[in-house]
Amino acid sequence: MAQKLVVIGAGMASGRALEHLFEEAPGTYEVTLFNAEPRGNYNRIMLSPVLSGEKTYDDIVTHDDTWYAEQGVTCRFGEKVVSIDRAAKVVHGEQGDVAYDKLIIATGSTPFIIPMPGHDLKGVLAYRDLEDTNAMVAAAAKPGARAVVIGGGLLGLEAAAGLKLRGMDVTVVHIMGHLMERQLDPSAGYLLKKALEDRGITVLCEANSEQILGEDGHVRALRLKDGTELPCDILVMAVGIRPSTKLAAEAGLAVGRGIHVDDGMVTSDPDILALGECVEHNGQIFGLVAPLYDQAKVLAKTLLGEDAAYVAREVSTKLKVTGCDLFSAGDFAEGEGREDIVFRDPGRGVYKRLILEGNKLIGAVMYGDTADSNWFFGLIKDGTDVSDMRDTLIFGPGFQGGASSDPLAAVAALPLDAEICGCNGVCKGKIVEAIQAGATTLDAIKATTKASASCGTCTGLVEQVMAVTMGDAFVMPTVQPMCKCTDHTHEDVRRLIKSQQLKSMPAVMQELGWKTPDGCPSCRPALNYYLLADWPLEYKDDRQSRFVNERNHANIQKDGTYSVVPRMWGGVTTPAELRAIADAADKYNVPMVKMTGGQRIDLLGVKKEDLPAMWADLNAAGMVSGHAYTKGLRTVKTCVGTEFCRFGTQDSTGLGIKLEKMLWGSWAPHKLKLAVTGCPRNCAEATCKDIGIVCVDSGYQIGVAGAAGMDLKETELLCTVATEDEVMEIVAAFTQLYRENARYLHRVYKWVAKVGLDWCKAQVVDDLANRKALAERFELSQSVYRTDPWAEHAKPSERAKWAPIADITKEAAE
Amino acid sequence: MSWVDIGALDDIPAQGARVVKTATGCVAVFRTLDDQVFALDDRCPHKGGPLSEGIVHGASVACPLHNWVFDMSTGEAKGADVGQVTTYPARIENGRVLLDATRLTTRSAA
Ligand SMILES: Cc1cc2nc3c(=O)[nH]c(=O)nc-3n(C[C@H](O)[C@H](O)[C@H](O)COP(=O)(O)OP(=O)(O)OC[C@H]3O[C@@H](n4cnc5c(N)ncnc54)[C@H](O)[C@@H]3O)c2cc1C
Ligand code: HEM
Ligand code: SF4
Ligand code: SF4
Ligand code: FES
Repeated sequence: MAQKLVVIGAGMASGRALEHLFEEAPGTYEVTLFNAEPRGNYNRIMLSPVLSGEKTYDDIVTHDDTWYAEQGVTCRFGEKVVSIDRAAKVVHGEQGDVAYDKLIIATGSTPFIIPMPGHDLKGVLAYRDLEDTNAMVAAAAKPGARAVVIGGGLLGLEAAAGLKLRGMDVTVVHIMGHLMERQLDPSAGYLLKKALEDRGITVLCEANSEQILGEDGHVRALRLKDGTELPCDILVMAVGIRPSTKLAAEAGLAVGRGIHVDDGMVTSDPDILALGECVEHNGQIFGLVAPLYDQAKVLAKTLLGEDAAYVAREVSTKLKVTGCDLFSAGDFAEGEGREDIVFRDPGRGVYKRLILEGNKLIGAVMYGDTADSNWFFGLIKDGTDVSDMRDTLIFGPGFQGGASSDPLAAVAALPLDAEICGCNGVCKGKIVEAIQAGATTLDAIKATTKASASCGTCTGLVEQVMAVTMGDAFVMPTVQPMCKCTDHTHEDVRRLIKSQQLKSMPAVMQELGWKTPDGCPSCRPALNYYLLADWPLEYKDDRQSRFVNERNHANIQKDGTYSVVPRMWGGVTTPAELRAIADAADKYNVPMVKMTGGQRIDLLGVKKEDLPAMWADLNAAGMVSGHAYTKGLRTVKTCVGTEFCRFGTQDSTGLGIKLEKMLWGSWAPHKLKLAVTGCPRNCAEATCKDIGIVCVDSGYQIGVAGAAGMDLKETELLCTVATEDEVMEIVAAFTQLYRENARYLHRVYKWVAKVGLDWCKAQVVDDLANRKALAERFELSQSVYRTDPWAEHAKPSERAKWAPIADITKEAAE
Repeated sequence: MSWVDIGALDDIPAQGARVVKTATGCVAVFRTLDDQVFALDDRCPHKGGPLSEGIVHGASVACPLHNWVFDMSTGEAKGADVGQVTTYPARIENGRVLLDATRLTTRSAA
């Protein structure tokens, strides 16, 4: 006779267990199935598409009435089990008792509701079952309805995205610094936040909820600790789940955070088994279905008297919000002995990070492009030794065509839909087609497909595609490596510093296989610049990798003396400053005092050991370094504009001073000179500057990429704007774009010739969000570099370093 | 040889140099990344550039004025350039840098 099996909970875990049981040994058990929800098993994880309207409830039912009837299951849906009598082996349902030989507890978990004031108001919802989902859908039907979601984890964000799609005005309140902090690192969390904000969801991180405010027993608003009130018609709390252990605990079973089960899914009572989110196995509790399905398999075997053991497995997370592709698996905390491989493509909003320990992949976080996530997940689960494919690992399986050390083989192995040019979204197939249609030079490829026509960082890849496709017919142009220490080009190195997060000179030289122990005078200054530009907060400027002028903060002259140029903001000075300059010139016997072309005064012929004292004197009069020696901001020349000139259209002097105060101290790939002129008569010669602003009646014409050196070139118009604030933001953004992308020692005009003015316009003029982000990154860097180097070196404790270390004149003469 | 203590190794930056004044001109004392020290005349044979201000890489230094590169162990110009800088024995003892003053005296006597 069949044994009596009672199951408490018709959820995803028990549903799968019953499937296995009926498949392997139909008729062995006579099953009674209780479920508190008034329905059978459905795919709970698909509630999100139901909420968003992309699916209906009928689409997500996994076991319907017919199925239960076929398996002879007695369904007690809508009926809760209230207690278990283990001695009598009977469960007490709300509507009557059922005896069992074996009992399965699969009660899942209960959403955690923060017991803050107002949590019991109407309209405060959890997100767990169809009732919650339907309540949300109903609330969204009201035009202009607003929702607040507490919790920026998987559930909260799926709820938020669904409600937004239903037309609600949605705010997510998250207590941590970034979204989904348990699955994502801050970078991916940032991209996710941006993507959600792009679809109109307001996201508040580091926000502490204090109280839910009500009106007539219904939720009205959420108040945060800082006093902000967020009005809402519903409030969804998605702050976590707790295993439902009440029944088990009351029945005297061993319970910790969840119901304790052994490897065979048996509880402390040999006739009671448990699985799903309600259990605790080896100290671990569960929140995703994959491990529950493993448990279901084991539990079915145990019930059939077979030996089986549940083994914990890696879990991975994907967020089911259409358009937000993210994936996270394994362990991604930074730690000793762990290494990261990171790839970012800000243009496409792609971020991928792999975490390695030893030769194994132990974690992966990706955002924006999760096509290879299953492959990575497999490597994590299997503990595959990845040492042979390390270099190309992050590019995914397409790159692992055997001899991975050969870049051409890797490119040959790429599928045709692999993206080659991120800026213009050109895939390999399109380039191959273009080649077959007769485009056999890089320029022709650029012209026909646009690949590598924007930022140019993919040029190498494009050439490799050409080499693979054309065979011997293609002569690979000899790429110009950065210097003899490496085969990488400047562009490669810049890209790798960012993508591999190389944050120190040794890291670059190690990871990129430098052929010399500590570089050479060509690469060291370039690397020093790239590192400080990309990692302003982490990297510390290395003086020993700077040319003499930048190391000594003065220009060396042919006789080994130096010139000192104090800053004169916008070319404006005062009698007091002039007196201090005159005094310094007298005191240190300056042989020549000369006006520079940059509207300031040069004190030439100063001895090195006198520099700190002279700087201290100039500092005392309120002057700072003019950085006349740097690859970085030099001067902002101005004319007198509306202040005094009868032709002036704007306050060119004032704007120039503001710009100089914003930009000073910043390093750049090469020198950066600006000018602001008050009208098109152009007295400040703004039209041959790296960035030159010509004031006109209606506003400001911002020109870039002028030159007045060996090459002579007029600026090109970047844009015309109406306000000073826009000028400031655009100049900051453009400067940052140059800082982030140009190769070392390329002046603005050379760089613009390479990337194209249109690309620059797209980045800083048209794309407002990008402009803002660039300006913010510039400001972040300036929070470190907007300081006077003279003041630092003029400190009494530093001065000895500028003098000879010893004087052995006498000893040597003896 | 008469060794003169010219200062602590730590007073010379790694990949950098300090200058010692002698009766006949300045001597540049270099410290490499792996803590070797070299002493050379602080005058480039090309146009007199102060070698102490050059970028130190490996056991070489590049003149700050026109980028000639010298092997600090021999004082010889590397690559296409032809030139020789006088070198002086230098060593490290207990964290102090010592220069051979005999050679400097000899030179002044010559
Ligand atoms: C909106 C949403 C989205 C999700 N998305 C994902 C995802 O993308 N990926 C993923 O892996 N996981 C996801 N999950 C989690 C996943 O759904 C759960 O891990 C899984 O459903 C747990 O299965 P279970 O059988 O343990 O519990 P449940 O599926 O919750 O089933 C438990 C059942 O027991 C019933 N019950 C409880 N107590 C009693 C009682 N005393 N008497 C009778 N019946 C009782 C409950 O009513 C419930 O129906 C999501 C969950 C939600 C809510
Ligand atoms: C060793 C090389 C050079 C030295 C020592 C040098 C020095 C200087 C100095 C001290 C100034 C005054 C700067 C100021 O006020 O901030 C100046 C101005 C200027 N230099 Fe040079 N310079 C050098 C190379 C160049 C080169 C290669 C170019 C062109 C590509 C150039 C173009 C200019 C221009 C256009 C000005 C005038 C700036 C203005 O009017 O705003 N210089 N130079
Ligand atoms: S550029 Fe125009 S505003 Fe400025 S000083 Fe010349 S004429 Fe006057
Ligand atoms: S123009 Fe030539 S000579 Fe004159 S300061 Fe500039 S680099 Fe020297
Ligand atoms: S002075 Fe040394 S290279 Fe010219």
